[in-house]
Amino acid sequence: METGYHFSHKHILSLEDLSSADISFILQTADSFKEISTRSIKKVPTLRGKTVINLFFEPSTRTRLSFEIAAKRMSADTFNIASSTSSTTKGETLVDTALNLMAMNPDIIIIRHSFSGAAQLLTEHIETSVINAGDGTHEHPSQGLLDLMTVMEKKGRIEGLKVAIIGDIAHSRVAHSNIIGFTKMGASVCVAGPGTMMPPAVEKLGATRCNSVHEAVADADVVMALRIQKERQDDSLIPSLREYAKYFGINRSVIDLAKKDVLIMHPGPLNRGVEIDSEIADDPRSVILDQVTNGVAIRMALLYLLMGGD
Amino acid sequence: MSTLAAPASKNNKSMILLNGRIIDPANGIDGVGHLLVVQGKISAVFLNGEEPDLPDEVDRIDLAGKWVVPGLIDMHVHLREPGEEYKETIASGTRAAAAGGFTGVACMPNTRPVNDSYSITSLILAQAAEGSARVYPVGSISKGGEGKILAEYGEMRKAGVVALSDDGMPVVDSQLLRRGLEYAADYNLLVISHSEELALSKNGAMNEGYNSTRLGLRGIPGIAESIMIYRDLAVAECTGRPIHIAHISTRESVSLIRRAKAKGSLVTAETAPHYFSLTDEAVGNYDSRAKMNPPLRTADDVMAIKEGLKDGTIDAIATDHAPHSVLEKDVEFARAANGIIGLETAVPLTMNLLRNGDIDSGRMVELLSLNPARILGVEGGTLSPGTVADITVIDPDLEFVYSVDKIVSKSKNSPFIDWDLKGKAVLTLMAGEITWSDLH
Ligand SMILES: [Zn+2]
Repeated sequence: METGYHFSHKHILSLEDLSSADISFILQTADSFKEISTRSIKKVPTLRGKTVINLFFEPSTRTRLSFEIAAKRMSADTFNIASSTSSTTKGETLVDTALNLMAMNPDIIIIRHSFSGAAQLLTEHIETSVINAGDGTHEHPSQGLLDLMTVMEKKGRIEGLKVAIIGDIAHSRVAHSNIIGFTKMGASVCVAGPGTMMPPAVEKLGATRCNSVHEAVADADVVMALRIQKERQDDSLIPSLREYAKYFGINRSVIDLAKKDVLIMHPGPLNRGVEIDSEIADDPRSVILDQVTNGVAIRMALLYLLMGGD
Repeated sequence: MSTLAAPASKNNKSMILLNGRIIDPANGIDGVGHLLVVQGKISAVFLNGEEPDLPDEVDRIDLAGKWVVPGLIDMHVHLREPGEEYKETIASGTRAAAAGGFTGVACMPNTRPVNDSYSITSLILAQAAEGSARVYPVGSISKGGEGKILAEYGEMRKAGVVALSDDGMPVVDSQLLRRGLEYAADYNLLVISHSEELALSKNGAMNEGYNSTRLGLRGIPGIAESIMIYRDLAVAECTGRPIHIAHISTRESVSLIRRAKAKGSLVTAETAPHYFSLTDEAVGNYDSRAKMNPPLRTADDVMAIKEGLKDGTIDAIATDHAPHSVLEKDVEFARAANGIIGLETAVPLTMNLLRNGDIDSGRMVELLSLNPARILGVEGGTLSPGTVADITVIDPDLEFVYSVDKIVSKSKNSPFIDWDLKGKAVLTLMAGEITWSDLH
């Protein structure tokens, strides 16, 4: 790292908040932690005595598990709290929950919530460091970082690459974080999908909006398919999953338009046969499982950096 | 009980406001002079160096450097009583009104229960009799504000409503709106429309655009407002009845109303200070104090609102004062209640328009007093001798920080907190009685 750099964030709420220097530093730190996961005893004492709370208001086995493994490998004590955010539950407010948790003196709270801005709201009421593990349709910074790490690892660079993100851009926090992250690191990001799933002014986030999947994928170095939420059919954003798969799914003929050494990515869990064909998900160029592995390393790095390691 | 019987002066004494700049556009007056109040009424205005010969017992208030204007009237507030007294009461809301320079407020009917009846209107007016400002209740267009069947306009009129609105929600059923306009004519009641196409605004949390994308919030496009205004204008035109469009926020809304007025439609319109003072940038990082409906729009919309205020397309500035407690505001942004308080910031925010040359002081008085009085058909709006002495004195140069501890309203949900503001009502008189004074 260039001299004078200092990681100075108390929370990880979004990639919008991080500079390219921050991102590079996190990726380097994660890289150094990756080795721990390959040891026979996958544990270092770095965060011994620290308390990490996983506060998940949305069911998500994968992300929660990834954070939990990351914390445990650093020897932190972890606690999982699952809650519901259904608007009909007239229960404790998020702020009340946060204040209650604060009283238990945790060191880091990792929050996943179905409302955009929930992680930000938490930081306004408590002193603890907060990691946003996905808030509504806003951001999912650790996912963006693990995607950057995966591409960096495979391609050796981010700058100058063409990254195509296909699917429901408007309602995907993964897409949002990736557009910001890849753009900040010098890649060009092209997005495509049904018109109903394109957010207004997406260009201002740094992405190029393509008129077709073909245009977005042409000569791409990275193709990322987003998970289609089945509920979007009820929102009248697409008529059917069948039609979506046919016109917006990533299949052999689409992937053939990309560079020969394209990386195929997906944040998971997969809807095989909808946004991505099975044979493409299992293609040798698919790095979907590397994404999962790197997820642990990125989350270890974030926990470490927020605890003042540097 | 009639609204016109609201607090008459118990004061037989006389008072003279000396050396203020008297701004009374209804009478074409803008000049330094004196204004004599006797027994709660404006008795005489002395201009051009004319000096009255007054007995010693007349109270003298020197207002050199200050503006003397007809009492301000806010034609769109939510006083929350009955039903949500933890947010605001008629007492606290009218106190906030007086502090902001308002002598009259029209309160929207979306209380709990909704004001759709003689009894609720009577209750509001009974509470208001002790208040610090005149309260003009607005009754609901439909029973329960549910948009299904007409409410009892005759009974509400008898109890004292001055207008009708289902504010908070649009009247979705065009036939019901038409019937409402037709039936309101029998009681000479104005219909006020909250214009919103719900299919387009559904689940929206802020203006649709870059900022909604940046924050991952569902957007509300500008057309959710203008499409419904177009519908409202068409329905009103078909009935030949006047309609008043509440809280307009977009360029397209301004131009639709401008066009309708040019054609001779009996439309009037209001906007709120936040729509000419802020853009959707104010949402920042999920600041729910910048959440209201319609939402804050773009810089271009702000410009169009200012043009509308200047050229007469927009008739009134109303605050849409909407108190909410932390219970409704300190939650996830998309879940937070819509609305901000506005009574105490309307004057300085409007004076920003003056200082920027968008409007002049006479126009300001029209927007905040004369036009609301005329549109609602209530007293006030002028300083004509013989009329009730509802008077606001503004110190145009008074600078202050709008800090939470200074807020008179029971709720503190304002995006203007800690702003440096300039221009403030320093004396408010209702029927010659002081309802607010910052003078001493
Ligand atoms: Zn309204």
